[in-house]
Amino acid sequence: MRVAVQEQPFDFGAEAAAFAAGRHDMGAVVTFTGIVRDTAGDLAAMEIEHYPGMTAKALEKIAAEASTRWSLGDVLVIHRYGRMVPGEMIMMVATAAPHRVDAFEAAEFLMDYLKSRAPFWKKEIGADGAEWVAAKDADEDALTRW
Amino acid sequence: MDVLYFAWVRERIGIPKETVETQASTVTELVAELIAREDRYAAAFADISALRVALDQELSDFDASLTGVREVAFFPPMTGG
Repeated sequence: MRVAVQEQPFDFGAEAAAFAAGRHDMGAVVTFTGIVRDTAGDLAAMEIEHYPGMTAKALEKIAAEASTRWSLGDVLVIHRYGRMVPGEMIMMVATAAPHRVDAFEAAEFLMDYLKSRAPFWKKEIGADGAEWVAAKDADEDALTRW
Repeated sequence: MDVLYFAWVRERIGIPKETVETQASTVTELVAELIAREDRYAAAFADISALRVALDQELSDFDASLTGVREVAFFPPMTGG
């Protein structure tokens, strides 16, 4: 299990390849990548604030919880903070499991919890100023399925 | 104890962190003390249901006891991922 909280970009291909390499007992690797999205066409940047003392601990707790709920060989979580432009990768998770159902479900669980239980806050910087991204009820509701 | 603010809570109060001397026994009591101080706190804590709290870097709730707590953080619902 590895958790990284960092400002600098990560190399998704290299991370995914390294994560998948060398395990002969894992039949499935699932990866998810979150990317800065410019829905309205006027997003200049996204700034992500976090709680330095808490973030890594919160991510480790979520990753550990996934490892107890599903049969996993490994878990990787990388989440960035700071300023990013549209198209940049914000974060990724990867799960390795003997079977795909465990890898898929654990990756979805990780994403649902990262959305609402990891101390990150997104701010969108647009042409007309800056605005904090509001949490969606649907994101909170998603936790009830686990 | 140290009190930390993040995202728009930090912006409304105007500082990311401060040390507070308090006799408050719960988070709710601490919030009431802060609101009584200045308008900017009242503005930040106007709607408690829109806020989350962490005690010593663990998510908690507003009814929780502050006994032994060294760090309280207030912030809006998180938007990670």
